[in-house]
Amino acid sequence: MIAELGLAALWLAAALATLQLLGGALAQTERGGALAGVVRPVAVVQGLLVLVAFACLIYVFAVTDLSVKLVALNSHSMKPLIFKIAGAWGNHEGSMLLWVTVMGLAGGFVALIERRLPERTMLATLAGQAFVSLGFYAFLLIASNPFERLSPAPAEGQGLNPLLQDLGLAFHPPTLYLGYVGLSIAFSFAIGALVTREVGPAFARAMRPWVLGAWIFLTLGITAGSYWAYYELGWGGWWFWDPVENASLMPWLAATALLHSVSVLASRDALRIWTVMLGVVAFSMSMVGTFLVRSGILTSVHAFAVDPERGSFILALLAINIGSALVLFALRAGTVSEGERFAPISREGALVINNVLLCAILGIVLFGTLYPLLAEAMGAQVSVGPPYFNPMSALFALPMLLVLAVGPMLRWRRDTFARVGKALVIPAMLVVAMGIGLVVFAKVALLPFLGLAMGVGLAWASVLPLRGRNLRRLPLAVWGMVFAHFGIAVALIGMSSESAFSVEKLVAVEVGDTTQVGPWKVRLAGIEPIAGPNWTALEADLAVIYGTDGAPTQLTPQSRTFWAPPQNTAESALLTRWNGQLYAVLGGEADDGRWQLRLWWKPFVPLIWIGGVLIALGGLLALLGRVANDVRRGVASDRIADRREGQRELEESRS
Amino acid sequence: MAIKAKHQRLVLLVIALVVLVGAALLAAWALRNQASYFYVPAEITANPPAPSRGVRLGGMVEKGSIKTMPDGVTIAFVVGDGKATVPVVFKGIVPSLFVEGSGVVAEGHMRPDGTFEADNLLAKHDEKYVPREMKDMTGEQARQVVAETK
Repeated sequence: MIAELGLAALWLAAALATLQLLGGALAQTERGGALAGVVRPVAVVQGLLVLVAFACLIYVFAVTDLSVKLVALNSHSMKPLIFKIAGAWGNHEGSMLLWVTVMGLAGGFVALIERRLPERTMLATLAGQAFVSLGFYAFLLIASNPFERLSPAPAEGQGLNPLLQDLGLAFHPPTLYLGYVGLSIAFSFAIGALVTREVGPAFARAMRPWVLGAWIFLTLGITAGSYWAYYELGWGGWWFWDPVENASLMPWLAATALLHSVSVLASRDALRIWTVMLGVVAFSMSMVGTFLVRSGILTSVHAFAVDPERGSFILALLAINIGSALVLFALRAGTVSEGERFAPISREGALVINNVLLCAILGIVLFGTLYPLLAEAMGAQVSVGPPYFNPMSALFALPMLLVLAVGPMLRWRRDTFARVGKALVIPAMLVVAMGIGLVVFAKVALLPFLGLAMGVGLAWASVLPLRGRNLRRLPLAVWGMVFAHFGIAVALIGMSSESAFSVEKLVAVEVGDTTQVGPWKVRLAGIEPIAGPNWTALEADLAVIYGTDGAPTQLTPQSRTFWAPPQNTAESALLTRWNGQLYAVLGGEADDGRWQLRLWWKPFVPLIWIGGVLIALGGLLALLGRVANDVRRGVASDRIADRREGQRELEESRS
Repeated sequence: MAIKAKHQRLVLLVIALVVLVGAALLAAWALRNQASYFYVPAEITANPPAPSRGVRLGGMVEKGSIKTMPDGVTIAFVVGDGKATVPVVFKGIVPSLFVEGSGVVAEGHMRPDGTFEADNLLAKHDEKYVPREMKDMTGEQARQVVAETK
């Protein structure tokens, strides 16, 4: 019953999206405004209906209604409730429904509150949003109905991949999806602006909070995903250049570029066409990344099983959405007049370099991710990994970090290096000092060497925009920028330190034996069998001591065996100190009764994720600042309008 | 300014294009050198890649071939595809699904002595995931993998 309700809500939402598309599109013609009035309410109701559908799916998962095929295939009555609920989006159909849910809600929200743009542009924007949504509704309803029934219902479900039964992962996909789909609003704004040729600061101001919001979620999602891969996979690495990781990185790169160019457009009315282009590219990257992975075309540990029919459907959808946006762009780009000009050495100039370099990195990641496909078309099977991605992305990231150190201090329009040069002496000295220190005291590979040296300089340079300002009256947006840039420096230091100073030890030990990894003494005190709700495990009891003395701390890595579906996973154990993390994994039992242990000492590795959180926090501060500004402006203009109204009434009553 | 202001958009466009095309050319060059090719045992024995080159080797773990070295963490086994076999050594914790008679993809490089040194082993990751390279395996092996996948 609930499943049918969900399906009905989904069909209704699709019908309303059609109406929204028609209404918004007709409003663009000479005398087609008949439906214009309904577009906004329809967008809101559509968002609510798809939310109802999603709630229905969560309900059937929560109660484990095994007569629903999706539940039977992906859930199990013995699972903890939180993982039953998270299971609703831990599969292909459910994640697609989550996708359209977020799209619908975001569209409804825009329709409800955005009043700054000309109405025609708004209607074109909502039509664009409906156009994209419709494709995904069609995909859900025709090729991947999440509410399909199964008759007869099986006695028990097949369970969820144990790797996915992790609290962090339960909320990782929704976070990323909020980011991906938030960019759909930027995309639709770009479409709306192209249709009506209204590209200017008002458009940028309407788009900016959405880009910021999406970017915050992407940043958090990528950071959380990286930490998840780090502790859950038990491989000790934090980034594998897996296609699905690249799928989240590509929209982030595009959104980062967009974030900066939209600021230029909002404050200086420059980079008009470029910003629109990035708006189209950012969401296109979301779609390309997500659906190339989902379509099963690329090898990925994250790929859900998808049949070929769905794969082709997805590819057709991508081609239609991205293709039509690019055609519209090509037709209209020439008619948008050029914005304000600026000198090469200026804030704008620095942001242009940042944008171009970000796009170059984006291109490199995209190319590397798609290359296995191209190679296969030519008859070779290849995979592309860190030996390509690391140096190639660093090649463009390092100059970008240099610009990051200087750019925020430059003035808009025109500036000179002489003016900002003095302030940069200290960071430059830090870079040199760190470089010399590393050469003398440690033997470090080139990339981590550059990363560490630039990281410390950048950390200093990133707070320089605060100097000489009244900190109490400084706009939140500036604080946001400083936090985010400082976060980049922190993350960079963490990444470089991990790659430069990690110590790894792989041993087979008997119970009672002690081994050394970096500054740590690790003793295997025992191996105990334990049981969880849907798994059993062998748990190692490790007593670890940092340095030479002190009380030992207990670490308990496990080797878990799940029974639905049957699978083994290694649960790593982590011990965090201020200067790094000890990472322990329990392997198998060797023939002679010894146990395999894999240990890492990773100095300063948590800085990677602390940096990520700082970056997101910076985004949040900027967003709060912008929204508060908009609200203040909105209140002020309302007051002015009220006062005028009052005066007019007064005058009318007098006459 | 040397450049006429009214050409600014054009100049920016040209700069962006130059950087992006440059990035694309660099990427293409790096991919030719760094992409790791996939081999089955018959190919890798007939035409071994240079030891400096990272490659992937896929096949079946031969029955009775897995041996653990005295250090307890290094294993040696043989990967075959029905036509040829390759000895492989690997130091590390093997994936739980790595067993004799099942499929494996080893990432690593070929030593000059004809042994494959694996840095990483990919076994069937879960019941819904099969390394993509395996789908092109023919005959008995493919059937075996499919049987396991069900």
